[in-house]
Amino acid sequence: MVSTFQNYTRYLVIILFALFLAACETVPKDTASSSTSSTSTSSSTSAVEIQDGVYVGSDTVEMLAIDVPDRIFFAYDSYSLTKAAQNTLEKQAKWLKANGSVTIAIEGHADERGTREYNLALGDRRANAAKDYLMTQGISSSRVTTISFGKERPVNSGSNKKAWAQNRRSVSVRTN
Amino acid sequence: MKRLLVCLFPLILFTNISFAIIEIDITEGNREPLPLAISEFFHDNNQQIIDKKITENIRTVISDDLERSGLFSSIDDKAFIQTNRAMHLKPRFADWRLIKAQGLLTGELAIEDDRLRVEFRLWDTFAEKEIEGLVLITTIENWRRISHMIADKIYERLTGEEGYFDTRIVYVAEEGPKNKRIKKLAIMDQDGANHKFLTSGKELVLTPRFNPVRQEITYLSYFKNLPRVYLLNIQTGIQEVVGDFPGMTFAPRFSPDGGKIIMSLAREGNSDLYVMDLTNRVVERLTDSPAIDTSPSYSPDGKKITFNSDRGGSQQIYVMDSNGRNQKRISKQGGNYATPVWSPRGDLIAFTKFYQGQYFIGVMRTDGSGERLLTENWYQEAPSWSSNGRVLIFYRETKANDAGDGHSSSIWSIDLTGFNERKIITPVDASDPSWSKLIQ
Repeated sequence: MVSTFQNYTRYLVIILFALFLAACETVPKDTASSSTSSTSTSSSTSAVEIQDGVYVGSDTVEMLAIDVPDRIFFAYDSYSLTKAAQNTLEKQAKWLKANGSVTIAIEGHADERGTREYNLALGDRRANAAKDYLMTQGISSSRVTTISFGKERPVNSGSNKKAWAQNRRSVSVRTN
Repeated sequence: MKRLLVCLFPLILFTNISFAIIEIDITEGNREPLPLAISEFFHDNNQQIIDKKITENIRTVISDDLERSGLFSSIDDKAFIQTNRAMHLKPRFADWRLIKAQGLLTGELAIEDDRLRVEFRLWDTFAEKEIEGLVLITTIENWRRISHMIADKIYERLTGEEGYFDTRIVYVAEEGPKNKRIKKLAIMDQDGANHKFLTSGKELVLTPRFNPVRQEITYLSYFKNLPRVYLLNIQTGIQEVVGDFPGMTFAPRFSPDGGKIIMSLAREGNSDLYVMDLTNRVVERLTDSPAIDTSPSYSPDGKKITFNSDRGGSQQIYVMDSNGRNQKRISKQGGNYATPVWSPRGDLIAFTKFYQGQYFIGVMRTDGSGERLLTENWYQEAPSWSSNGRVLIFYRETKANDAGDGHSSSIWSIDLTGFNERKIITPVDASDPSWSKLIQ
């Protein structure tokens, strides 16, 4: 009687274990397919404002002087300078040369879709990418400091593609 | 996802069929909570105890601690059959079994020489015997810590694992709109009590972490617009900058002996890992790659370090020896990985994963195998372990609308099994939590 019961129990355990394993196998697939890219079509964003993930519009942009924009924009998780970014930095360099006493701080920023510590490093990369380009244009490194704010200071508080693109930026700010 | 977690422990369900001593196997995530009867703590009509409501308070704190663990339920005292003080000496076990209590906690209080004397006993109502008992003596104001210590004892006796209730959480309190967020360091008991702000909010502060052995916190402050790693003595309030570095230092974490701080230093666009010995201030560089190396965390024996790097083209988790040698990628399942933190037991690394637009908190073994995702959300990151390695806390953010409203940030906890997810209540928005070891 007792041994029959134990055999039965052992059977049950094996069957249940098999069921559990079967359940296991399906789960990674569930996880993989459950994620959606819900942000792919943002309502009011027209395609013209973002090209290859980089903001190309003029909202949020301020001027250091006439025709000298203060900021450049980046693609997601990137710190490479687009043609437009290089163009803006060339204008900044020209203005800095014409105003030899001006010093600036370049603030590097990231969007909210990244972990805080990594974004601090990414913001530092972006600020330095801008600084390096100014130096290739003949601006002394002593006139340019950098600071990363990571994702701490968004310019657009929304959680959509346009906001994120506007927040992936480096901004030159006068320090004197 | 929950099913995945259940199936990792299938055989445990069939072991330990014993009626002698109550115990809980905490590797079973979804078990029914164990019903406990937590009685009031009796005393000789002491006026101080009555005035300060110590009887009710102790009982509430213990019962809340145990219930929040997800492993225990506290039976409503209106159901109690035996209500007299005699239960502390000789419970009528049949009465307690009748209301389905598997364990019974009884206690007595007294004031002796202006000090609070707390005696408790934990009874197994089926085995009909006392299985734990202790007398604790402290200042009257300390009743709350005593309660957490009793809850720890009960947890320990019934699960076989060290408790984690007599602990604190340091975190970043957040207020104001997203683009002008004010952030302060704040500290509280693990259950939210004794909440206190540690900084004024004048400077941006981020990522506080407890020293495992001293009453000390390391964190990032933007004091004078120079983001640097700082040390804060919780008892004296004294703050000091850590080292004299030529660039931003960030992502600090203490070594297990509390004597070193490991962190990132950003220089000319490149972030590498450095360690500083706090006694002699000697700095050692640990990584030297053109990529981002950040979010370092020591193994509990101090011999290894796990960290986050994008040297392979995307954010992944790496492990190396504590001198910087043998750097090796361990995350392999696809997606981006961040914020690795080594479990206090040494066998697991908790992490944040970004995959197909969603954020996950998960754990993997230290060689990268056995990845388990515990929770999925729009945004969450930065897990921190409970002192016993059974529970993780992390922060979660909600999505803002196009006008920037609707954003919030809060701290959550989840059991290692993936069950018992709970929001931790804080007075204002909260992020970057760090959980202390048991208070010494």
